[in-house]
Amino acid sequence: MTEPLLSIKNLRIELNTRDGVAPVIDDFSFDLFPGEAISFVGESGCGKSMTALGIMGLLPEGVGKIASGSINFSGEDLSSAEPKRMRNIRGNEISMIFQEPMTSLNPVYTIGEQIAEVLRAHQGLSKQASWAKAIELLDAVRIPNPQARISDYPFQMSGGQRQRVMIAIALACEPKILIADEPTTALDVTVQAQIFDLLNDLRKQTGTAIILITHDMGAVAEMAERMIVMYAGRKVEEGPVQQVIDNAGHPYTQGLISCVPHILEKLTAERQTLQEVPGIVPSLRDFGKDRCLFASRCKYVSEKCNNARPTENKFSSSQTVACWHTESIQ
Amino acid sequence: MSLTNTALLKVENLGVRFLMKSNMLLGKKTYLYAVDDVSFEIQRGETLAIVGESGSGKTTAALAAARLVKAYTGKITLDNTDMLQIQKEKLRQARTKVQFIFQDPYSSLNPRLRAEEIVKEPLNSLTNFSSQKKQTLVNDLFSAVGLRPEQQRLFPHQFSGGQRQRIGIARALATQPELIICDEPVSALDVAVQAQILNLLRELQSKFELTYLFISHDLGVVQHMCDQIAVMYMGKIVEYADRLSLFNSPLHPYTSALLSAIPSVDQKRRESTKRILIPGDPPDPINPPKGCRFANRCPVAKDICSQKEPKLQNTKNNHKVACHLVGETAVSPLKHLL
Repeated sequence: MTEPLLSIKNLRIELNTRDGVAPVIDDFSFDLFPGEAISFVGESGCGKSMTALGIMGLLPEGVGKIASGSINFSGEDLSSAEPKRMRNIRGNEISMIFQEPMTSLNPVYTIGEQIAEVLRAHQGLSKQASWAKAIELLDAVRIPNPQARISDYPFQMSGGQRQRVMIAIALACEPKILIADEPTTALDVTVQAQIFDLLNDLRKQTGTAIILITHDMGAVAEMAERMIVMYAGRKVEEGPVQQVIDNAGHPYTQGLISCVPHILEKLTAERQTLQEVPGIVPSLRDFGKDRCLFASRCKYVSEKCNNARPTENKFSSSQTVACWHTESIQ
Repeated sequence: MSLTNTALLKVENLGVRFLMKSNMLLGKKTYLYAVDDVSFEIQRGETLAIVGESGSGKTTAALAAARLVKAYTGKITLDNTDMLQIQKEKLRQARTKVQFIFQDPYSSLNPRLRAEEIVKEPLNSLTNFSSQKKQTLVNDLFSAVGLRPEQQRLFPHQFSGGQRQRIGIARALATQPELIICDEPVSALDVAVQAQILNLLRELQSKFELTYLFISHDLGVVQHMCDQIAVMYMGKIVEYADRLSLFNSPLHPYTSALLSAIPSVDQKRRESTKRILIPGDPPDPINPPKGCRFANRCPVAKDICSQKEPKLQNTKNNHKVACHLVGETAVSPLKHLL
C-alpha cells in the first residue's frame, strides 16, 4: 500500500473557554492518501472545522492549541512546525476553501490581484507572469470571458463565481491537499452541482487529495470515497462512503442518514419516517469525558456507555465504529 | 385532504414589483418584477410548496399572499375574503387566519422578550382575549410544540436553535390560524434537528387541520412535506404539479436540472440519473430577457424560446408547465438527455 500523504495520530486540540480548557478534538487519528477524497461529516460543533484549522496551523491564537498528537505531512510533523514553515505550506502544499464565498475574498482588490498574489508569494512569479497564470486559472474554474473578468471586484460576481475564484486561489500552486469546508452550503443547488463537477474534474486533472467538510450525506456520497463521522470532537465511524450509507454501524451515523428526507430513485405516495435524533450536541464542558458523549441521545444506551469511552472496533472489513453496542447493532 | 375540496387560499395573477430607480425629469421608473403573474391555490388541509433558488421570488410571493408586501396587481382570496380589498378591523381579523414561521430562529425572536411573551404577542395585537385566556392558550401551545411549562419564563438565548424554532411555531399557532406560511423553516437548523421540526410540523398539521404554504430550496424536505408543488424561476412559476408527477416526471427543463442537481445518498438514483448541468447564473432580474427567462441556460432552447414568453399551461392530470417545447403529449424536452 502507498504511504499516506497526511497521517494524523492521536490529535488533541484544546480550546480555552470560560469554563476552562476543553478538548474540541480528542484523540483523533486518520490517514489521507495521495489523490483521495475523504469527507468529515457531523453536526455543527463536532470539530470538523477545528480539525481542518489544526492541519492548516490556523487555530485561533491564544485560544486554541494542539495539545498532543502529531500531524504528519510527507514526513514532516506540522504540529510542531515553525510559523514561517507553515506559511510556506499553506497555499502551496495544503489549501483551504471556506463556506462563505461572500466574505472570504477581499472586497477592495480585484480578483486578479488576489489570485496573482498567491502565485507571486509562493512561486516567485513576476507580475506579468502571475497575471497571465491568473487568467488561465480563471479559465480552468470555468469563469466565462476570464480576460475581462479578471479585473472585476468580488461584488461584481455572483456567489457561485466567487466560490470559483476561491477555488482558483486555492489551486493556484497545485497543492497536494485541498480542504473544502462546507464549500457549497451558501450556494443554490444548481450552482452546487457546478462546483462539485468542477472540483471532481480538477481533482482528476491535478491529483489533489480533497478533504470535504459537510453535514450533507448526499454531498458526501457524490464527492468522497471514504467518510469519517465526527461527534463531539471524536471519530465515531469511518469507512467507504457507500458502505457506511447502506450499513451504518454507529447510532449517530444511522441518525444522520435517516433524519433527512432523501430523494430516492422513484418517489412513492408513502412518505419516509424521519428518525429523530433527540437533543443536541453536548456543550464543550462535557467534551473529553471518559464516556460515550452520544449516550444521552442514543436509543441503545446502557450503563457501560456512561462509564467508559467506547473504543474503535472493526465493524466490517473496512469500517470502524466507536460504540459499545456494535454487536447488537450488527 | 378535505372532502369539500375548496381552496383556502387562491392567488390569481399576482404581481409584486420593487422600485429600483426613478428618474423624476424623464418620469421614467425602473422596476424589478420580483413576482410576475403568479397564480396558485391551496386546498384546505393540504401543503403547497414553492421551490426555487435564491432570488426566484418565492418568499416575496408568500409575503404578498399574506399582505406583508404590497402587490401591485392580482387578486388574493383567503377563505372567500378578498385580501387586497379589506382594511383595518377586517384586515386584523383576516390576519389571525394567516401566520408565518420564519427561516432564522435566531433573528425572528425578540431577544428581550420571554418565550411566553413572544408567543403571546400575536394574541395581544390580533385578539381581544382576556389575559387569563391568553395564558391558558400559551400553556397549551407550549405543550403542543414540545416545550416544558417552566421554559415559558426563559429568554430566546437560553434555547437551542431547534427549541427556538418551536417557539416560533407556537407563536404562529397562537391565533389558531388556518394557513401557516413556513418560509424555509428548517434551513437554519442542524440536520439532526431538522427531523424534529419537520415531524412536529406534520403532526400539528393533522392535529389542527392546518394548511401550509411551504417555501424551501431543499427539494428533499419539500418532497417529504408537500402535496402540491410550484417551481419558480425569476419571478414566474415554470411548473406546477402534484408531488408524484413533479418528482417522477418533471416536464420543465429547469425542474429537471434542479432535480438532477441534488446530491443523493441513493446509489441507484445516482447511477440512473444523468446530471443536467445548467451553465451560468440567472440573468439580471431588472432586465429580464425577452421570451422564456430560462432560455439562455436551457440545454434544449430553440428560436421561439428567446422570442415568445411561454404561458403556464395545463398538460394532463393538472400538471402545468410553462415551456414551448412541452407539447400536449407532456413529454419532457430533455428526454433524450436523461
